[in-house]
Amino acid sequence: MIRVTDRPIDPGAELTAFCRVRGDTGAVASFLGLARGKPGEATVLELEAYGGFTEDAIGEMIGAAKARFSLHDAVVIHRVGAIAAGEAIVLVLTAAGHRREAFEACDFLMDYLKSRAPLWKKEHGRAGPRWVEPTARDLADAARWD
Amino acid sequence: MTRVLLFGRLRDLADWREKVFDPPPATLFALRGLIAAGNADLGAALDGPGVQTALDRRLVRGDVALPKGCEVAFLPPMSGG
Repeated sequence: MIRVTDRPIDPGAELTAFCRVRGDTGAVASFLGLARGKPGEATVLELEAYGGFTEDAIGEMIGAAKARFSLHDAVVIHRVGAIAAGEAIVLVLTAAGHRREAFEACDFLMDYLKSRAPLWKKEHGRAGPRWVEPTARDLADAARWD
Repeated sequence: MTRVLLFGRLRDLADWREKVFDPPPATLFALRGLIAAGNADLGAALDGPGVQTALDRRLVRGDVALPKGCEVAFLPPMSGG
């Protein structure tokens, strides 16, 4: 399941709902990404999606993760719009029979989201606005799965 | 007509997010030529590293014919999370 939303993410409620009705699931892994602040600076992130296209692309990657790691289920919830430091940007939940698959699928989905998901992120800090693009580290992390 | 969408830094560079080209250009390269003629910096940015193009919400490479009423989106390097 993929949801792109301009509403705040409630990770506790999402995790509780995700864990409901799990017959043979033995492991749920979660990753929550927060907008990182800088000391003494009011930083705001602005996230933009391409309506429909973004959901389709992330949905395809969830399908790939399910097949690759034998997941029982996976959820990606991604914020768009203006996000203040400390607020949640992204929540990834994965369910599998055992922990290794759940952990790895979560890692895989985050590497994809950081480097290839159709989202554009602008940081409004003291130095003025700047578009954040994948770092060499982000690209190397994503290439681990190729 | 052809609807063109820009995202990320391309939108800032162009100062528009969406524009309609009418009469519609026949090919993607013709469209890029029209855009570059109006804004050389934007034209150069569309050729920049990591910029992808979606035609009717599917990624395309190289030059392609543009069907009537299509939507073309130019997508700079992406980063979520």
